[in-house]
Amino acid sequence: MIDPKELKYTKDDEWVRYDGEDAYIGITDYAQSELGDLVFVNLPEVGDSVFAGEPLGDVESVKAVADVFCPVTGEVIEINEDILDDASLINSNPYGSWFIKVGNISDNVEFLTADEYDEYRG
Amino acid sequence: MGTFIPNTKEEQLKMLNEIGYKDFDDLFKVIPEAAKVKGELDLPEGMSEIEVDRKIQGLANKNVIFRSIFRGAGAYNHYVPSAVDAIANKEEFLTAYTPYQAEISQGILQSIFEYQTMIAEITGMDIANASMYDGASAAAEACWMCKDRKHSTIYVSGAIDERILTVINTYSFGRGSKVVVIPAKDGVTDKDALAKALADDPAASCFLMQYPNFFGIVEDADELCKITQDAGAKFIMYCHPLALGALKSPGEIGADIAVGEGQPLGLGLEFGGPYLGFLSTRQQYMRQIPGRLIGETVDTRGDRGFVLTIQAREQHIRREKASSNICSNEAWCALRAGIYLSTIGPAGYAQVAELCSSKAHYMAEELDKIGMKLCFKGEFWNEFATTCPDADKLLAALEAKGILGGLKFQCCGCDDSDCDCILWCCTELNTKEDIDEVIAIAKEVF
Amino acid sequence: MKLIFEKSIPGRGQDIFPACDVPVKMPAAPLREKKAHLPEISENEMGRHYTALAKRAHGVNDGFYPLGSCTMKHNPRINEKMANLPGFAKLHPLQPAETVQGANELIADLEKMLCEITGMDGVTFQPAAGAHGEFTGLLLIKAYHTDRGDTERTEILVPDAAHGTNPASATMAGYKTVVIKSNENGTVDLDDLKAHLGPKTAGLMLTNPNTVGLFDPNIMEITRLVHEAGGLCYYDGANLNAVIGIVRPADIGFDVIHMNLHKTFSTPHGGGGPGSGPCAYKDFLAPFAPGLVCKDGKYVRAEKSIGNMTGFYGNFLVMVKAYAYLLTIGKDVHTIAENAVLNANYMQEKLKDLYPIAFDTTCMHEFVIGLDPIYRKTHVSALDVAKALLDYGIHPPTIYFPLIVHEALMIEPTETETKETLDEAITAFREIYDRIFNAPESVQMAPQTTPVLRLDDTKAAREPHLRYEFCDCE
Repeated sequence: MIDPKELKYTKDDEWVRYDGEDAYIGITDYAQSELGDLVFVNLPEVGDSVFAGEPLGDVESVKAVADVFCPVTGEVIEINEDILDDASLINSNPYGSWFIKVGNISDNVEFLTADEYDEYRG
Repeated sequence: MGTFIPNTKEEQLKMLNEIGYKDFDDLFKVIPEAAKVKGELDLPEGMSEIEVDRKIQGLANKNVIFRSIFRGAGAYNHYVPSAVDAIANKEEFLTAYTPYQAEISQGILQSIFEYQTMIAEITGMDIANASMYDGASAAAEACWMCKDRKHSTIYVSGAIDERILTVINTYSFGRGSKVVVIPAKDGVTDKDALAKALADDPAASCFLMQYPNFFGIVEDADELCKITQDAGAKFIMYCHPLALGALKSPGEIGADIAVGEGQPLGLGLEFGGPYLGFLSTRQQYMRQIPGRLIGETVDTRGDRGFVLTIQAREQHIRREKASSNICSNEAWCALRAGIYLSTIGPAGYAQVAELCSSKAHYMAEELDKIGMKLCFKGEFWNEFATTCPDADKLLAALEAKGILGGLKFQCCGCDDSDCDCILWCCTELNTKEDIDEVIAIAKEVF
Repeated sequence: MKLIFEKSIPGRGQDIFPACDVPVKMPAAPLREKKAHLPEISENEMGRHYTALAKRAHGVNDGFYPLGSCTMKHNPRINEKMANLPGFAKLHPLQPAETVQGANELIADLEKMLCEITGMDGVTFQPAAGAHGEFTGLLLIKAYHTDRGDTERTEILVPDAAHGTNPASATMAGYKTVVIKSNENGTVDLDDLKAHLGPKTAGLMLTNPNTVGLFDPNIMEITRLVHEAGGLCYYDGANLNAVIGIVRPADIGFDVIHMNLHKTFSTPHGGGGPGSGPCAYKDFLAPFAPGLVCKDGKYVRAEKSIGNMTGFYGNFLVMVKAYAYLLTIGKDVHTIAENAVLNANYMQEKLKDLYPIAFDTTCMHEFVIGLDPIYRKTHVSALDVAKALLDYGIHPPTIYFPLIVHEALMIEPTETETKETLDEAITAFREIYDRIFNAPESVQMAPQTTPVLRLDDTKAAREPHLRYEFCDCE
């Protein structure tokens, strides 16, 4: 899968899509393929504070669990109920399956461009 | 002198040499000398099987087996059908480990899946786990299940068995949770006190009651459930599994979690263990369940099979973030419970509940006639508390006749505070003759 | 095969209970309206159902069971016979103390023997399993620090190779887990340990031999450093079988230990439990011990007891079995460790020319194959090898553990296996190795002879069916 150019990426394999002042967060195609078939995600609640570089929740495969790190500091304003019901969406459509939408953003980790990320994960 | 090591000394030496070691000292030189035991351990000489048998039989013979038992208080003398021992002692069940390799563990996995279904059915809940250590530890884990970031205070009824409370307190010492006991009044939870406590505490996470409670009383679970859930806390019922053959089930009452001691389901008294903690809950709490879960799936041919599932909740994957550390559980005891419930079936399940209740009521009436009055007014099922002019004297007189009488306990409700109290228990194993004998002995004593 | 519910026919059943010999009376309380669906089945049909299930299970008596870290040794028959004696099995836990003298004598005698084996001063039998023992031990450590007013100690150090129960137990005891790295030899990295020790250290949990089957050569240095920092040392006795009678945890600086009676002391594991995880401790932790103990005919509780871990005295009948085992072996317990370590090294030596050994040195009771290099070449995984063993009638080793070894296969033969059994297993492993390179798909498709083929774990987790659904439409 080609990593979409319009997104920003992190070295922890998350992507960020800005929507005005807010940001949607998800995990990359590389991340989902490394994790294998996902069976469940744990997400924060709307209203929770999240912090750049800290876990926002985790993803479960059958025999592993991995933290998902939040690339920005802010407040959760929406969560994706669809992936709570069906985590396989993350496997089939990683860039369409956002985890959370964050508002009131005050900080972020260092971002990579799509090209930089592709090079990083080569 | 006894050993279960098959290889002879000569074979061992040959194997050692074959892989490049002179002897065992050579093999164990990876252990620093300073760490090793010097000389022999102070243990007895090993024994032959006959000697072991004789020695342990001797210890067993020093214990008193009562021919007639009227004591419950957390351990119940129910009949164990012959099939339970015969089936559970099959070595494939007894000597297997946890079913990690599903393809050769279908027998274990299916038996637990069937157990999970039966526990869900008798409690009227959606789903059950594969078992816990015992009732008290299951209760402690259930309380922890209810904790979230905003709710942490555990409320328990003062009418529960003190042993359950102690285990909840011990678990809470570890986790730093606050445990609040709602006092009992007239042998039941003080509803007003509960409502007030919950209303005053936005951090209330759950309330746990016992059903029937320690004094044998069947509390108004519907009302307690309503009070608890109205306050935004979760309602946990600690149940006697055979009482649910008659009483309204936790599912029908609307409880969030049902737990209890599964010992009455095909396990003996066993001096307190191994017993069986059961835990069932509603579908929405599936991911908060501690311990193992067996789930249905298919194999590569599309045939039905069973596996350990939703394991990412558990310690071996989630490590320090796991909600419980439970690993080994009581699978073999769960197997016994499954066989027990299959043996008695729905008709037997209702019948045993009726027998326990009827015998207890008969005994209570007979005791009443000789002046041993019920301590509390509430309705009871298999256990009830009565006054007694001199509990020690009566219990000793019963013991002399091979009868284990009820449990003496501190007076908690009757008018005369100097009066002794006894918590009696009847099961299907107590015949009318047995009960009449107790009454006759009591008449002689007083 | 069918579930027992699918064999149920309304109206069938078994007569267990007699007619009521007193007037029928039920409490005037709300009664259940929705009946529980339980099987309605004859004794014969039920017996056959469970016999069919037994045939679809694999116990130690069915064949070799080298499940690493689980010590699947032979379960002696005498243990079972003793535990079934009515003089134990029919005792009510709340009988008067004077009527259970034999039971309490047995407990006291077993405690004495376990103290001698571990070098500790006391044992609580309250914990029902290994993880429960860990939790108990950590609560003792917590109670000790708390009692001294030393409340700043909030961290438990746990090596990265530890069982998942260790960090999970630390969390249950209210501690933060601090992970200590393993060095290139597979044992504790002393520099990393030193870097993490400090005034916050409540203690260290160490499995020894560790989960790659190695005895830590620095163990006495490790316990010394932890004590110097003011922490206590917890010995996870899951692997005690490797050193029983040869090393005593107390002698090398440990303060508290749990043992698994269902591993080292030969009690059967029952398809997942019951176990028993007694926790032994040094004298200074005795005031905090949980549970009631019978002393001079009276039940007493330690003065600053942490409370209770289980309702009564722990899994008593499991204790009876372990007692029978220890009486049998007696002072020769070291022979257990000797043959366990010999068997493991024998297998390791006979496989290491083909399979990459994670840490190629003298192992203790178990060793770990790291299949990663082979997996990278062939795409045959540790899981595939495990499944291939099933067709040889061998229970597979523990796989994907410890986490520090990629594609791990952890093999623990135990001392009760013969050389012939080991040789057969070695032959099977070697044959599978050939197949990995010559017919990899045959390994990836294994097993072929089991009642079911590979099962879909993903489907099970994505669409959880945790119970049979009854159809009420009939």
